[in-house]
Amino acid sequence: MKVMIRGNESIAYAFKLARVQVVPAYPITPSTLVPEKISEFIANGEMKAEFVPVESEHSAMSAAIGASAKGVRVGTATASQGLALMHEVLFIASGMRLPIVMGIGNRALSAPINIWCDHQDMMSQRDTGWMQFYAESNQEGLDLGIMAFKIAEDERVLLPAMVGIDAFVLTHTVEPVELPEQKDVDDFLGEFVPHYVTLDPQNPATLGSFGFPEHFMEFKYGQWIAMERAKKVIDEVFEEFEERFGRKYMKVYPEFVEDADIILVTMGSMTSTTREFVRRLREQGKKVGLVKLTVFRPFPKEELREILKNAKVVAVVERNISFGFGGAVYAELSSTFSRMKEKPKVVDFIVGLGGRDITFNTLNSVVEIAEKAMHEEVDEVNWIDVNKEAVLKAEGLL
Amino acid sequence: MNYEKEEFFAPGHGMCAGCAAPIIVRWILKLAGPNTIVTNATGCLEVATTAYPRTSWRVPWIHVAFENAAAVASGIDAAFKAKGEKVNIIAFGGDGGTVDIGMQALSGMVERGHNVLYVLYDNEAYMNTGIQRSGATPWGAWTTTSKVGSANPIGKLRPKKPIAKIIAAHDAPYVATANPAFFNDFKKKVKKALSVEGPKFLHVLSSCTTGWRHDPSKTIEILRLATDTGLFPLYEIENGDFENMRITYKPKKFKPVEEYLKPQGRFRHLFKNPEYIKKLQKDVDEWWAKYGKYYRP
Repeated sequence: MKVMIRGNESIAYAFKLARVQVVPAYPITPSTLVPEKISEFIANGEMKAEFVPVESEHSAMSAAIGASAKGVRVGTATASQGLALMHEVLFIASGMRLPIVMGIGNRALSAPINIWCDHQDMMSQRDTGWMQFYAESNQEGLDLGIMAFKIAEDERVLLPAMVGIDAFVLTHTVEPVELPEQKDVDDFLGEFVPHYVTLDPQNPATLGSFGFPEHFMEFKYGQWIAMERAKKVIDEVFEEFEERFGRKYMKVYPEFVEDADIILVTMGSMTSTTREFVRRLREQGKKVGLVKLTVFRPFPKEELREILKNAKVVAVVERNISFGFGGAVYAELSSTFSRMKEKPKVVDFIVGLGGRDITFNTLNSVVEIAEKAMHEEVDEVNWIDVNKEAVLKAEGLL
Repeated sequence: MNYEKEEFFAPGHGMCAGCAAPIIVRWILKLAGPNTIVTNATGCLEVATTAYPRTSWRVPWIHVAFENAAAVASGIDAAFKAKGEKVNIIAFGGDGGTVDIGMQALSGMVERGHNVLYVLYDNEAYMNTGIQRSGATPWGAWTTTSKVGSANPIGKLRPKKPIAKIIAAHDAPYVATANPAFFNDFKKKVKKALSVEGPKFLHVLSSCTTGWRHDPSKTIEILRLATDTGLFPLYEIENGDFENMRITYKPKKFKPVEEYLKPQGRFRHLFKNPEYIKKLQKDVDEWWAKYGKYYRP
C-alpha cells in the first residue's frame, strides 16, 4: 500500500509493523512525531504496546534497557541533545547486548542551539557500540527501521541499532512510501525471541554485574566480534528484504562509479540531490561517480576499498565535524585506505551543518576542488558555503 | 506464601562487616519472595554483590547506571505489563543515587504510576566513592567534602533533604520511613508496600561503619538510637495525605541526641561546642512538637 507520510511516521510505522512491545520516549524536535504517532496508534487500538512517556531521554534509554532485559521488543526515538543526554546509557545498552532499535532525527548539537539537520548527533555516538544506519528517504527510514530489528536481534549480533533520518528534510517532509503488509513483515521478522538472558523469576540471573580487569576486556572483545559479524548479517538481511519486498539495500551503494575519476561519498538525504547532480555531470561527459554510505557502524571497509579503489579522488561530503581533525567519514575512509598500495586521494568537504542547504552550487564547489585535487595539492578539509571572511575577521585574523 | 526461612540474598558478598544495607536487602527479599525483579543503582550494594562471575542475588537482578534505577524499573514494569505478567519490581538505591542524581528519574517513575517498590537505603553520604556529602547528609556531619576545620567547625551546613515528604507530595500510594532496628515496624511496612498497587517508596536508614565512624558491632544499636532520640522518626503517608500521616513509633521517653551522636566519629567535632548539640536537640524537639500529634499506633 502506498501512503504519503513524513519521515517520523516511517519510524513509527516500522515500530508498529515490527510489533514493538515497549516504547519509552521523550519529545524532542525534530523526532517528536514518533512518540506522538505511537501514542495515536495505541489510542486507536492499532498497536498493542506499552508507551512509557518518560521524563528525559536518559530515562528513555534506561527504561528501554530495563524493558529489553525482560525480553520484549523495544523501540524509541530521539535527536540531537536528547541523543547526547543518552550518551552514558548507550554504552550500557550495547555492553549488555540488548537489541534496542532507535530512530534518530539527525539534528545539529548546540551551541548555538539549532534544530536543523546535520549528522553530528549520531557521529558523536560512533563509539557507543551501536550499529548506525542512515536513510536517504522516508522509504529507507521505514525499511531500515524494520530491518534494524532483524539485524539487531540476530543471535550472531545482539547489538542495538540506530536509524538516522535527516531533520526536517525527512522527519517533516511528506513522501510517498510503500507500506508493507503486516503479514509480510511478520513473516520477515518472525516472532520476537530474545536470544539472550532475560529477567525471568524462573531462571534468576544477574545482569549488568561488576566487571573487574580480568574480565572486562573479554566483554568488549565480544562486542567487537559481534560488530564484525554484523557485517555479514546486514548483507543477509538486506538480501532477504530485497527478495521479499523488492527494494535493494547495500551498506555501500555505488552509482556511476565504473571509470569514475572522482567519486563523491554521501550519507542520508543529501544523496538524492547529489545523484541528480552527478547524473547531469555524466551527461556532460564528466567521469564523476557517487557512493552512498548507508551503514556507518559497522564501517564497511571491505566494500569501500573495493568500490573506491580505482578512483583518483574520493570526495567525502559530510555533515559533521571533529574539531582538530576533520569530518568523521573522512578520517575513517582515510584509514580504511591506509593499507592499499595504490589508493585514491581523499578530500574532505564539510557541508550542510545546522541545516544549511546542500544545493547544486554546494556540489559544484566540491567537484571543482576535487578536480583540482587530481593534479595538485588541495586542503585536506574544505568548508563549503561558509562566510569565511566574517569568521576570520571575528577571530581577529583579517 | 511465607519465604522468611529462605534466602534470596546469598552470603559471601563484599559488603563491610556491620553494614546495615545487606540486612535491609536480605529481609526485603524474604518478604517479597522469588517472584521478584531487582534493579539496583550504582553504589556499594551493586559493586559488592555482583563481582562477575559471582553474584549474591538469587532473584533476577539488573544494574544499569547510577541515576536511573527508577527509570530502569519503569521499563521493566512496562515490559511485564506488555506481557501480561505479574511480578514484584524492587529498586534499591543509596542516598546519592536517590535524593541527588536519581531524583528526576524517581520523580518521573512515581508520577507515571509504575508498579515499583523503590527502596532508599540511606547511609547519609556517598559511601561507595569514599564518604562525600550528599543531599541526605545531616547538618553537622563530617564528610570528605564537608570537612571540619578552623573556618568551618560544623561540617555539613545544610539539613537533610526531606525525601520521604517529597515523594509523598507526588501523591504516591505509599511512602514510609523505616529502620531495621525496629524490625516489626520495618517488616510491616515492607509487606504493606508490596501489597499496594502503584509506586511506593521506603526510606530506610542504613548505617555505614566506615562513613559514620562507628564500631561494626554497634550497627543496630546506633540505628535504634537514631529513632529513639527522635532524629529519624518512623512514619507513613498514603496517597499524599499529609493530614493523615501516621507516625508508627514514638519512644516512651526520648533519649538525648548526644546518645546517638557520641558513638559516631562523624559528629565528634560537634562536642567541642555545646551550642551545636543544643541546635540538633532543638531541631528534634521542634519536629516532634509539630508532628507528634500524628503518632497513631
